[in-house]
Amino acid sequence: MSRTTRLPSSLLRVAAVTGVAALTLTACGSGSGSDSSSSGSGEVKVGLITKTDTNPFFVKMKEGAEKAAKENGAQLSTAAGKFDGDNAGQVTAIENMVAAGVKGILITPSDSKAIVPAIQKARAKGVLVIALDTPTEPQSAVDALFATDNLKAGQLIGEYAKAAMKGKTAKIAALDLAPGVSVGVQRHDGFLKGFGATDKDVVCAQDTGGDQAKGQTAMENCLQKSPDINVVYTINEPAALGAYTALKAKGREKDVLIVSVDGGCTGTQAVKDGKIAATSQQYPLKMAAEGVKAVVTYAKDGKKASGYTDTGVTLITDKAQDGVTSKDTGYGLENCWG
Amino acid sequence: MTATTTPYAELKAPTTARRLLTAPTTGPLVALLLACAFFSLSTDQFLTGGNFSLIVQQVMVVGTLAIGQTLIILTAGIDLSCGAVMAFGSIVIAKMAAEGSVPPLVAIALGLVVCGGFGLLNGLLVQKIPLPPFIVTLGMLNVAFALTHIYSEEQTVTSLPGSLTALGETFPLGHTDITYGSLVTIALFLLLAYALSSTGWGRHVYALGNSAEAARLNGIRTSRLTIGIYTVAGLLYGIAAVLLISRTGVGDPQAGQTDNLDSITAVVLGGTSLFGGRGSVLGTFIGVLIVGVFRNGLQLMGVASIYQTLITGVLVILAVTVDQISRRKAR
Repeated sequence: MSRTTRLPSSLLRVAAVTGVAALTLTACGSGSGSDSSSSGSGEVKVGLITKTDTNPFFVKMKEGAEKAAKENGAQLSTAAGKFDGDNAGQVTAIENMVAAGVKGILITPSDSKAIVPAIQKARAKGVLVIALDTPTEPQSAVDALFATDNLKAGQLIGEYAKAAMKGKTAKIAALDLAPGVSVGVQRHDGFLKGFGATDKDVVCAQDTGGDQAKGQTAMENCLQKSPDINVVYTINEPAALGAYTALKAKGREKDVLIVSVDGGCTGTQAVKDGKIAATSQQYPLKMAAEGVKAVVTYAKDGKKASGYTDTGVTLITDKAQDGVTSKDTGYGLENCWG
Repeated sequence: MTATTTPYAELKAPTTARRLLTAPTTGPLVALLLACAFFSLSTDQFLTGGNFSLIVQQVMVVGTLAIGQTLIILTAGIDLSCGAVMAFGSIVIAKMAAEGSVPPLVAIALGLVVCGGFGLLNGLLVQKIPLPPFIVTLGMLNVAFALTHIYSEEQTVTSLPGSLTALGETFPLGHTDITYGSLVTIALFLLLAYALSSTGWGRHVYALGNSAEAARLNGIRTSRLTIGIYTVAGLLYGIAAVLLISRTGVGDPQAGQTDNLDSITAVVLGGTSLFGGRGSVLGTFIGVLIVGVFRNGLQLMGVASIYQTLITGVLVILAVTVDQISRRKAR
C-alpha cells in the first residue's frame, strides 16, 4: 500500500520543482534578465550586499548601484541579509559572489566585526572589497570605505539644537539605535559634541532599533520618567516620527525640539511639515555609485580604491539658525532617498 | 491502525530497487537533481567541485540543527528554539575560550552541556507537565535569545583561539577544498540516519510519532524516549554552535535568528511530515541542500536575493501540499 501512495508523491514533487524552475526563469526574465543573459560576456561583475532587502535606505543604495552599473557597462548582482544583524547571510552572499567571479564587492556590514574573516577570504582571492555606509572593525579590513561621517552628522544637529534652544536649559532625551552598533554610537556622540553636552545631560536614553513604533514607546516612557524633556535626539527619522506621535498625544509637540539623522524622503517631508526641526541628510545613492565606479576602475587599471571617502552630509531645516550652515527642505526633498 | 503499521512495512522493504522507488527521499532527491541540472545549464560556475564544497559549507550549520529538528518533528513536535539555543551555546564557547581563558576543548564541552541542558529542559516540559512543544520551545527561544544577549553584553566575541575554528579549516580533495566541519555534518546525518532506520530506538521514534498512545500500549517507554529525543536534539544544536564558530570565526550574539524556521523548511522540503511518524534525516539532508543550491545558484545567476525567499516559500508550500495529498490517498 505504501508503494502505491509514495510513487505519485515523488512525481508530484518533481512537478513542483519543475514549476519552480519555470518561476525562476520568469523572475530572471522580468527583473534581472540583462544580468543572466549577459553573463560571460566579459562585463565587469560587481556585487552589492546590503543589510536587508526592505529598508528604503538600501533600496535607494541598490538603485544607485544599478544605475552606475548600467552607465559603466558593469554587471551588478545583489544580495542581502534576512534581517539587520544577519551576519551568516552576508557571509554566504560574499562566498557566492566570489564563486560567481565578481571583481569587487560593495558591502554594508550588519556586524562590523563578525564579517571581517569572510571579507579577508574574499580579498585574498583578489576581490576588491569596499564598505558602504558602515565601517568594518577595524576599518582597514576593507580596501576602502565610502560613507557618511556619522560623527559629523550628529554634530550638525547638535550644533543646530544648541542654537535653537537659545540658552534655555536643555533636558535631553536620546532615542538611540542599539547597543554596540557603531553608526548609532557615533551619531549619539556627535550630537552631544555639537550640543556641548555630556551623557550626564541626557535625562532619558532608550534603544529604538530605528523603528517608528519602538521610537513612540520609548518617547512615551521617557515622558513618563521626565515630563520636562525639551530636546529629543533621534537616531533616524522613523524614531523621530514615533517620538512626535508620543509628544502630540501629550500636547507637547510644539515646545519640544526634535532633531534627527538620515534624510529619507518621508523624514525630510516631516521636517517640511514642522514635525522634526532639523535632520542631517546622507546620500546612499552616491555611496553605491562611487563604489561601482571604483570596482570598474580596478577591473580596467588594477588600481584599488583605498582609505575613507566622505560621501557628504547636509543639515536640512526650514528654521535656519544663525551660525549654523543649512539648506531648506526644497533642497532636501530634491536629494532625499526612499 | 494502518497508519501505525506503515513505517514497519517500509522498513522491511525487501529489495534495493523497490526501496529506492518507494523511499520518501526519492521525490526530494529528484527535485535536488533537477535544480542542479537547471543551474548547471544556466551558469558556468555552478558545476564545479569547489562550488559544491562551498554549498555544503554554507548549509552545515542549519543542516546540523535540522537533524535535531527532524527527530522532534518525527514525534509530531516542533522546536522553535534551536537557533537561539545554538547562538547561546556559541557565545558560551566563544567567551569562555576567548575571555575566560578556559581551554578550547573544555569550552566546547561546556557549550554542549548548556545546549543539551536546554534540550533536556524542553523535553521535560513537553513530557512531564505536559505542555505543547510549540509553546515550550517558543518560550525557550526567548529565554535563550535573552541569555545570549545578556551574557555577551551585545558584543561580538573576536580573536578566538585557532583550535576553536579548526573545523572551518580546509583540506584538499582532488581539485577542491573541503572543510572538516562539512565532514562532521555529513557524518552526523549518516549516524542519525542509521540510528533511525536500523535500531530499535529508531523504530520506537517512528511509532511514537504515529501514535504516542499506541506506542505506550505496546510497551515503549514514551516518556523517557521523548525526553531523550529533545536532549539529543539539544546536543546536536551544541555541535552546530561549534560549526558556526568555525565557519564565521567569531562568537556572534545575533546568529541563528531565522535558523529555527530554516531548519523546519529543510525538514519539510526533505519530505518529513509535520504530523509526525513519517520522514527521514537523509531527506532532511536533501532538503537542506535544495535550499543551499537555490541560494547559491540564483546568486551565481545574478538574481536578487529576494527571489530566493520567494522560491523557498513556494517550495515549502508545495512540499506540504504533496505530503497532505499523499496522506489523504494513504487513508
